[in-house]
Amino acid sequence: MLEIAIAIILGCCGLGAGIAMVAGIGPGIGEGNAVAKACEAIGRQPESKGDVTTTMLMGCAVAETTGLYALVIAILLIFVAPGRFVNILMNIVG
Amino acid sequence: MKTSKAFKALDIFYIVMMILPFAAGIVLKVLTSPASDDINITGALIYFTIHMPIQDLPITEAQVNSLLVVISVTFICLYLTHGLSVKAHLKRQVAAEWLIESASKLVNGSMGEYFNGFIPFISAILVLSALSSLSSLLGLYAPTSDINVVAGWAILVFILITYYRFKCGPLHYMKSFTEPIALMTPMNIISEIATPISMSFRHYGNILSGSVISVLIAAALQGLSSKILGWLPGFLGQFPFLRIGLPAILSLYFDVFSGVLQAYIFAMLTMSYVSSAFAADEYQMRRLRKEQKKLQKQVLANK
Repeated sequence: MLEIAIAIILGCCGLGAGIAMVAGIGPGIGEGNAVAKACEAIGRQPESKGDVTTTMLMGCAVAETTGLYALVIAILLIFVAPGRFVNILMNIVG
Repeated sequence: MKTSKAFKALDIFYIVMMILPFAAGIVLKVLTSPASDDINITGALIYFTIHMPIQDLPITEAQVNSLLVVISVTFICLYLTHGLSVKAHLKRQVAAEWLIESASKLVNGSMGEYFNGFIPFISAILVLSALSSLSSLLGLYAPTSDINVVAGWAILVFILITYYRFKCGPLHYMKSFTEPIALMTPMNIISEIATPISMSFRHYGNILSGSVISVLIAAALQGLSSKILGWLPGFLGQFPFLRIGLPAILSLYFDVFSGVLQAYIFAMLTMSYVSSAFAADEYQMRRLRKEQKKLQKQVLANK
């Protein structure tokens, strides 16, 4: 019985990590839009390439944050959460 | 101009001290990390633990490596500023001047003249963060892929932001939370607290994700090469040929580009947060008012 419970915990942690990384879609679309607009701007005004590039990189880094939150949650779910949950289970079972 | 023997000896000492911390880090890593062929994605190794009354204080690889980077940066600075003269005759003086000039241009461009005192702080953050991330090229555990190190820097930046908000008095500080309308107060408080969290998560997440992906790809290539080339006799069969090449190109992006970009972004965000936290116009007005009051008092006293 205990083996099944632990297996369910491990499987659900893995599934949760996978589902959490769906959040990677958002930053992908957002950064794609940002880079597309930056390309347009450089095409219109090639002399402002340096300013546009640095601003775009800043914006990309800020937009990436939500994806990185998801990444941190996924890493916690894979490496930290199983041990914690199994410990809690063991404490309940005794 | 001839250089004396003592000058040269000091130069060699500085160069050795620049490289020595990294060598010491590599030796420590080789001696302490357990040998295994499996994929192991773990946090920082704990070298030893100091027993404290409330909670034990573990001394980890990340802390040791970041201190090693600090020592190395100190000696780089000492080397660059060794033998300065009014008319530059050493190449390193030109390099040092260029570094200082570009740092002050960066800070002046995005913060304004008032924050000239921030030039050393911002350049320190830039160099420390970039070298910490780049130290993973030597096989060391990058200190920036541990959240504790980066969170320390982010908390420092948060303290600076709060200090500059407080400069116009506590009342102005309280009022700044109700900025558009009073209803937004909880949102403003949350966004204030989220600043250090998002800064530290952004930096550490980028570096950590790079190292995790590199390890996964290296392990996958090793497995693939043992499947495909396993029939070769003896040593040739065990040698992971497919691991040559691709991880190096990935490391160029994940370690070099991403590390330096994150250092730049951390510095840029620090600058923009601090300079936007300081209400320059309000501060000027308050100072003017204070001076006027002082003058009035003096005039009254003289009468």
